[in-house]
Amino acid sequence: MSIEISHVSKRFGSFVALDDVSVSIPTGQLTALLGPSGGGKSTLLRIIAGLERADTGRVRIEGVDATDLPPRKRNVGFVFQHYAAFKHMSVRRNVAFGLEIRHRPKAEIRERVDELLRLVHLEQFGDRLPAQLSGGQRQRMALARALAVEPTVLLLDEPFGALDAKVRKELRDWLRRLHDEVHVTTVFVTHDQEEALEVADEIVVVNEGRVEQIGTPDELYDTPANDFVMRFLGPVTQLGDRLVRPHDLVIGTGDAEPGAVTGRVTRVTRIGFEIRVEVTTEDQVVVVTLTRTRFRALDVREGSTVHVALAPEVVAETVEAA
Amino acid sequence: MVKRLIVVAYLFFLVAWPLFLVGQNTFEGGLDNLRGILADPDVVHALRLSLVVAVVAVVINTVFGVGVSLLLVRYEFPGKRLLSALLDVPLSVSPIVVGLALVLVYGGRTGWFGPTLENAGFQVIFAAPGIVLATVFVALPLVIREVVPVLEEVGDEQEQAARSLGANALQTFWRITLPAIRWGVIYGVVLSLARSLGEFGAVKVVSGNVLGETRTTTLVVEEKYLNFDKGGAYAAAFLLALVAVAAITVVSVLRPSSSEVKQ
Repeated sequence: MSIEISHVSKRFGSFVALDDVSVSIPTGQLTALLGPSGGGKSTLLRIIAGLERADTGRVRIEGVDATDLPPRKRNVGFVFQHYAAFKHMSVRRNVAFGLEIRHRPKAEIRERVDELLRLVHLEQFGDRLPAQLSGGQRQRMALARALAVEPTVLLLDEPFGALDAKVRKELRDWLRRLHDEVHVTTVFVTHDQEEALEVADEIVVVNEGRVEQIGTPDELYDTPANDFVMRFLGPVTQLGDRLVRPHDLVIGTGDAEPGAVTGRVTRVTRIGFEIRVEVTTEDQVVVVTLTRTRFRALDVREGSTVHVALAPEVVAETVEAA
Repeated sequence: MVKRLIVVAYLFFLVAWPLFLVGQNTFEGGLDNLRGILADPDVVHALRLSLVVAVVAVVINTVFGVGVSLLLVRYEFPGKRLLSALLDVPLSVSPIVVGLALVLVYGGRTGWFGPTLENAGFQVIFAAPGIVLATVFVALPLVIREVVPVLEEVGDEQEQAARSLGANALQTFWRITLPAIRWGVIYGVVLSLARSLGEFGAVKVVSGNVLGETRTTTLVVEEKYLNFDKGGAYAAAFLLALVAVAAITVVSVLRPSSSEVKQ
């Protein structure tokens, strides 16, 4: 295990940011700390980096007890949401900073910086100032700067949070590919479940200062440990007294199957390739999402009476899991 | 348009016109007034003393000011608000009170701390150290008031990034913090320099005003004015104003506009 966090707690005044958290983060993987804002995930990341001190508990990085080490001795790379670019330095000087601090030979620094600028596709921008770069370029520069010192772990705090949706998506794919190339143990904080599901090998769900669940994206999505994880990782709807995913439901117009609930279609919304159907039963509103083709085949409209049930394949899976 | 006119007229009658008249009176007889004071060794000594005192005071206030600014912005400690309020005292207390207060503490015969120092062979009051002390006191908040808002705006993320990249406290300060706040520091230095050169009240009390020894340029202006040497007074005053105005002008021209800084 690359990072071992054991029984870490942290308070800010009367606010409990982390409450006895223990997590192990595996070497060489891309791990997401996922959770709502104010849930403690950034605090956890900053404690790993040494930018914040835990009130109690220990942090070990690659077997070394780092709890009492200052950030500069932990050999971690940290990437901030708002880039933290050194504004008075060129892109090259920014990337070279950690190497200059370590008094590496000039030729070696030049070579390494060139290599990193190529890696983050900024080779033509070396002499610019950060102010002359776009947000996405600045964040890639910050990433190159963090990687320059060959950190044992790379920590990213909401790295794409300040970027617009399109650039965020591009950088997300790019980070995944970069990680496959560089293989440095990486931990990133995000509140965007889609980002975590798409990029991470492993996800740690953090909420109200506690770890709710740790697992691969599939495990978390398919077998959430509790309602919070289920709600946080994707869309949910209530069917009877069960919490289910809207795309795991089917609509029928013929005879009601056992376990199905009957209601009237009260609303049909189209969102891109998906159709959202709201079915109002006696005591609740059930949301079902289905593809356009399927919806057309059904031939229902607002006002139709339909039955809603769990899709047969999902029922089979649940039985298996139980 | 009218508003602008009012502002311009106000500044003209309050600042520009009076200052211009000082210059005009200085050059009334050509360069005679300036030549006159520059030929007087006591005046030259006063000019040199003013400059040395101002430079020393500015160095002290800059080092102390940047340190205190960092303390105020980057650290939390009990009594912080009180400290911040205390730092404005030198701006609000009359300089002559500052002078009297310093005599009470450092006075050679009756001061609280003065006799001890004097026995150790270190004279403060009626000597250059006293003049420096008084000047440091009155110009104390100027660097701090310029640097604090800049430090707040810059934030501490760059410093955190530097630390995580392996920089120690000193390296972080020299390579990251100081370049980021440099314009605030420079402006504070210039204001302090101008203020230090021009200090009169506090210096008059603590210096003893000994001709050729502890008489500074501002005291020369007063002395010449009271002795009906108006030409000499205007010339010395002109030199004082010239240095201050020149320093502020140079910095305002060089300083990047706030929109450039933001980027």
